[in-house]
Amino acid sequence: MKELRLMKGNEAVAEAAIRAGCDGYFGYPITPQSEVMEYLMYQEPHKTTGMVVLQAESEVAAINMVYGGASCGKRVMTSSSSPGISLKQEGISYIAGAELPCLIVNVVRGGPGLGTIQPAQSDYFQSTKGGGHGDYRLLVLAPASVQEMADFAGLGFELAFKYRNPVLILSDGVIGQMMEKVELQPHQPRFTKEEIKANTPWATYGKTDDRGRNIITSLDLDSHKQEKHVTHLAEKYQAMEENEVRYEEFQTEDAEYLIVAYGSSARISQKAVDIARAKGIKVGLLRPITLFPFPKKPLAKLATQVKGILSVEMSLGQMVEDVKLAVECKIKVEHFGRYGGIIPTPDEVVAALEQKIIGG
Amino acid sequence: MTEEIIIAGFGGQGVLSMGKILAYSGIMQNQEVSWMPSYGPEMRGGTANVTVVLSDERISSPVINSYDTAIILNQQSMDKFVDTVKPGGLLIYDPNGITHHPERKDINIYTIEASEEAGKQGLMKTFNMIVLGGFLKLKPLIQPEFIHKGLEKSLPARHHKLIPENEKAIEVGKELIKAVQLV
Repeated sequence: MKELRLMKGNEAVAEAAIRAGCDGYFGYPITPQSEVMEYLMYQEPHKTTGMVVLQAESEVAAINMVYGGASCGKRVMTSSSSPGISLKQEGISYIAGAELPCLIVNVVRGGPGLGTIQPAQSDYFQSTKGGGHGDYRLLVLAPASVQEMADFAGLGFELAFKYRNPVLILSDGVIGQMMEKVELQPHQPRFTKEEIKANTPWATYGKTDDRGRNIITSLDLDSHKQEKHVTHLAEKYQAMEENEVRYEEFQTEDAEYLIVAYGSSARISQKAVDIARAKGIKVGLLRPITLFPFPKKPLAKLATQVKGILSVEMSLGQMVEDVKLAVECKIKVEHFGRYGGIIPTPDEVVAALEQKIIGG
Repeated sequence: MTEEIIIAGFGGQGVLSMGKILAYSGIMQNQEVSWMPSYGPEMRGGTANVTVVLSDERISSPVINSYDTAIILNQQSMDKFVDTVKPGGLLIYDPNGITHHPERKDINIYTIEASEEAGKQGLMKTFNMIVLGGFLKLKPLIQPEFIHKGLEKSLPARHHKLIPENEKAIEVGKELIKAVQLV
């Protein structure tokens, strides 16, 4: 029998992490994601699966605890909201440079600065273009439902280990705070010591006689070696672009216009599509599920079919740049967004489509 | 069937938990549901609201700009949401503390004297269930057996002894709801 629950997105990602065999969560509270740690603390998984849940003294400490845990081949994670994720960027860059798997959850609020505690999607650049320094990419998953908040915890760990790369779940205050029906996956055990040795031979689980020392570092003073290392990273990112693009299309078969939106904006835009279709406007929706790698090919294909594209995002317009690149500016692409914690309504999206794309 | 509902009032009136019980009951009746709360500064300022969607189909947006039903429990919420009820839609409000009654002519309006009744019966904690009962009388979207299951799921086990009291309050609400204007 399926286990159905009514949960907040923040609770769902926490429960799913326990079930995915997570070894450790390290965090620091911030609205609108505090329920992640609150839920984990309440569940006390150290009594059941042995998972560690720790409130660090700061975001910087939390990400470095993740760095340490990941070095040991453990499934570890952290979560925060925008200002807290900014604080973690140094650690994220180091983790990417040291090629370690981990899961990071950003439940985005409006910025810049401390901004507001209300939902936004203004961390797209930071998430997909590298918020920290150096040539690196995160694999970015954008859930649009509470169910996906749960599903992406397990998927995130799987991809993080597959590529030895941090995976970011880019959520927002809507998805984090709302409750929906969730079907939970069965429990998966944490890695055993033997599994860590077999699956992550690079990890610092303690030196054994049959091999040399494993060293985790993001530092290489030899520039030629560093260039080789970054080239290797580039090959990994290329492999992600080839293998991991995920997206969903909605009513695109006969579409003359297209909306591109992710996360909660995609949900709002889906209703906008229904409203517009009822008015006789043939519009479809493409929802990127991975923001890096971005679904360039399906967008390029749809660009040969539709007359114009509206990119909808709770920001001043960040993803719209990737949409324009994907369609090589061959057709009209415009951005519509509310920001600073204001959520657009489906009617506003339809009005923007009519004014900026159809009438414009 | 899709029913889009806003429930709004003061923090502490049980607005969010009423929504949660309704949503959980919907799941128990095998429906799609979403529950989207206000969690921001407005909530910290003393008002709370929640959008609940019940549907037979996958729910698109949990964020809505017009509602089939508005359940209004204070004047600030009346001011904010009276114009968001769809024409022909339903507005239920507790007149206690309302100074400016709704003037729209294109919606169905009902009152429920829930806070007065809850005070009389010493049922202040089940005030929100009286209101829910009024709504369910007008729109019996969820069967009582599933409301019972929804209460079981929503309330922690240590409070399950209060379920009969909550169910009684729902029945009280069904008797209490009064039509003001029908269109």
